[in-house]
Amino acid sequence: METITLKINGVEVSAPAGSTILEAARLAHIEIPTLCFLKDINAIGACRICVVEVKGAKSLVTSCVYPVSEGMEVWTNTPKVQESRKKTLQLILSDHDRKCLSCVRSGNCELQKLCREYKVDDELLYEGARNHYELDESAAHMVRDNNKCILCRRCTAVCEKVQGIGVIGANERGFATYIGSPFDMGLGETSCVSCGQCIAVCPTGAIYEKDYTKQVFDAIADPEKFVIVQTAPAVRAALGEAFGLPTGTDVEGKMAAALRRLGFDKVFDTNFSADLTIMEEAHEFIDRVQNGGVLPLITSCSPGWVKYCEHYFPDMTENLSSCKSPQQMFGAIAKSYYAEKMGIDKEKMVVVSVMPCTAKKFEIGRPDEDGAGVPDVDIAITTRELARMIERAGIRFLDLPDEEFDLPLGLGTGAAVIFGATGGVMEAALRTAVETLTGEELQALDFTDVRGIAGIKEASYEVAGMTVKVAVASGLGNARELLNRVKNGEAEYHFIEIMGCPGGCVNGGGQPQQPGSVRNFTDIRGKRAAVLYNIDKNNPIRKSHENPAIKELYAEYLGEPGSHKAHELLHTTYIKRKVHEI
Amino acid sequence: MEKKQTVPFQGTKEQEAQLLSVIEELKKEKGCLMTIMQRAQEIYGYLPIEVQTMIADQLEIPLEKVYGVATFYSQFNLNPKGKYQISVCLGTACYVKGSGEIYNKLMEKLGIKGGECTPDGKFSLDACRCVGACGLAPVMMINDEVYGRLTVDDIDGILEKYQ
Repeated sequence: METITLKINGVEVSAPAGSTILEAARLAHIEIPTLCFLKDINAIGACRICVVEVKGAKSLVTSCVYPVSEGMEVWTNTPKVQESRKKTLQLILSDHDRKCLSCVRSGNCELQKLCREYKVDDELLYEGARNHYELDESAAHMVRDNNKCILCRRCTAVCEKVQGIGVIGANERGFATYIGSPFDMGLGETSCVSCGQCIAVCPTGAIYEKDYTKQVFDAIADPEKFVIVQTAPAVRAALGEAFGLPTGTDVEGKMAAALRRLGFDKVFDTNFSADLTIMEEAHEFIDRVQNGGVLPLITSCSPGWVKYCEHYFPDMTENLSSCKSPQQMFGAIAKSYYAEKMGIDKEKMVVVSVMPCTAKKFEIGRPDEDGAGVPDVDIAITTRELARMIERAGIRFLDLPDEEFDLPLGLGTGAAVIFGATGGVMEAALRTAVETLTGEELQALDFTDVRGIAGIKEASYEVAGMTVKVAVASGLGNARELLNRVKNGEAEYHFIEIMGCPGGCVNGGGQPQQPGSVRNFTDIRGKRAAVLYNIDKNNPIRKSHENPAIKELYAEYLGEPGSHKAHELLHTTYIKRKVHEI
Repeated sequence: MEKKQTVPFQGTKEQEAQLLSVIEELKKEKGCLMTIMQRAQEIYGYLPIEVQTMIADQLEIPLEKVYGVATFYSQFNLNPKGKYQISVCLGTACYVKGSGEIYNKLMEKLGIKGGECTPDGKFSLDACRCVGACGLAPVMMINDEVYGRLTVDDIDGILEKYQ
């Protein structure tokens, strides 16, 4: 690759041709602040925080989009640059709701951090008109507060370009510009799928999940209630980031310890029901293959993906696995099998789930998600909300010992934990389906073709005399591309895994937010996924059908996978929706 | 969020066929959205949600994309024009003579904002810039009729004539 030599702040730097000044500076260990820029998502040079001086240029240039050239001389820190950034911040604040003290993002707000660095405070430097907006609380999972919006457009870019949905965008012009949905519909009335990627990329407190931490604290404090908690695979790979640990730190043990100290009656694991999902889904797959059912079978663990399918590919809802997601299966089993076994009144049981996902808040309210006659799951909180609970409860997370989950619903295999990464559900399903079809033990358990962070992956395997073709997509823009290929007859598969968020649940909309300065230069999803593959590798049991707690559940209660009882508790139905309901 | 009551959509099959053929003709061109929206406004007179949705569906783009453009440019109307189109001059001469108050009074009286139309389709209200009758300031027009030297108290009587 061609290399370009330039000078940044008087120091010689080499950078690959095509790099931006921002990237070249980073190679020289200089961080240029950004607000609107997000690598691969939003490069519009609009916020003007990243301005730098370039020798010979007429004015300051935006380093996030300005390419380096041979012999270029750049200064990132001159008084002129600093004065410009300061003015930009003052102007942003002049139309900003400066309620930082109670803001959900206080402490990890990218605007607040810059204001601290540039000594811009909340004095009313530019008094005059201010916009006032109503909150949009119409969606099940989140709130949009335009009073804190800085119009960086990261949210609209991720929604439209990455997820291919585009239910939010910039409306009106000039000072009246605001981010909203068409015709001022609430987000809840649109085809928003609740993926929460907009929350994950927002630099300020303008978009946030609906917070249910109080409801959880109240349930725990209620002596009448038996409160159990389940944690999704991807949570343990990211929760540590909220306590300052590096991306890619495994905090499974500390998380279990923290949940116990928060006062949950039982600390269980969604890994258990991920194994259960595999039992049911592998059975469904084999049944569809052997009995001429609708193929390709498409996974249904990701509620963002499921709602996307309902809106954008309603004629493919028959392809969706009828299996509930692991979150819902967990609740259904907790309130039936476990409640009966332990003699607990299911009406008094509260199932809380901790998820890397905001769509899970939508999923718990879907129809046909009440296997035991009561809602499978009562409260779904995100990884971020759990971090907030731990903080508020004064639990010194980093000092906690590693503890185990409770049994039996806390027992999961290596196959289950990789559900949190793109390709993981497919790999877990293959481990079980292949052994079931061949009746022989697999020699190698790693299906590496379906691993990795590529948006679309394909593989085929020879199993018991047939070629099984599979595909994996993560991110809904990729899902659309893959499904269009299938619809147009350009590709044929037996089994497809789709996760709504790019990279899978590790990069879910409910995970701790990382600022642009980290996102732009770190493979966050890859590092988090590595945690899960490592846990899998070190787990003595790596196949769902070998989970002893699952075997016991079938022997004592469900019978066989796909049994009548299993269908009653563990399977669901879908709705054919439209993109625009007018 | 509260839904505002608007004039019911009264598009015909013919208009729809016309719009679909316009889209078919233009959709392959890059940057065709604005041209299509302009043509749609010629066909329907304005761009209600029904029309914008047709455009979005045909072009396979998000409705928000169409709406964002429609609200960015003042040439696009989201509301139909009324049977009686009221425009109040907010040019300098009229403004200093108090046309702002006339405008506010009309908004209050009709229950609509500038650029909107009453749900019965009778009155629409717009602000305009100088009708060339500064000597009569403040001025408003209802269709082709000019009303000058207005005071806020004249409004009730004038609207009366159109009931």
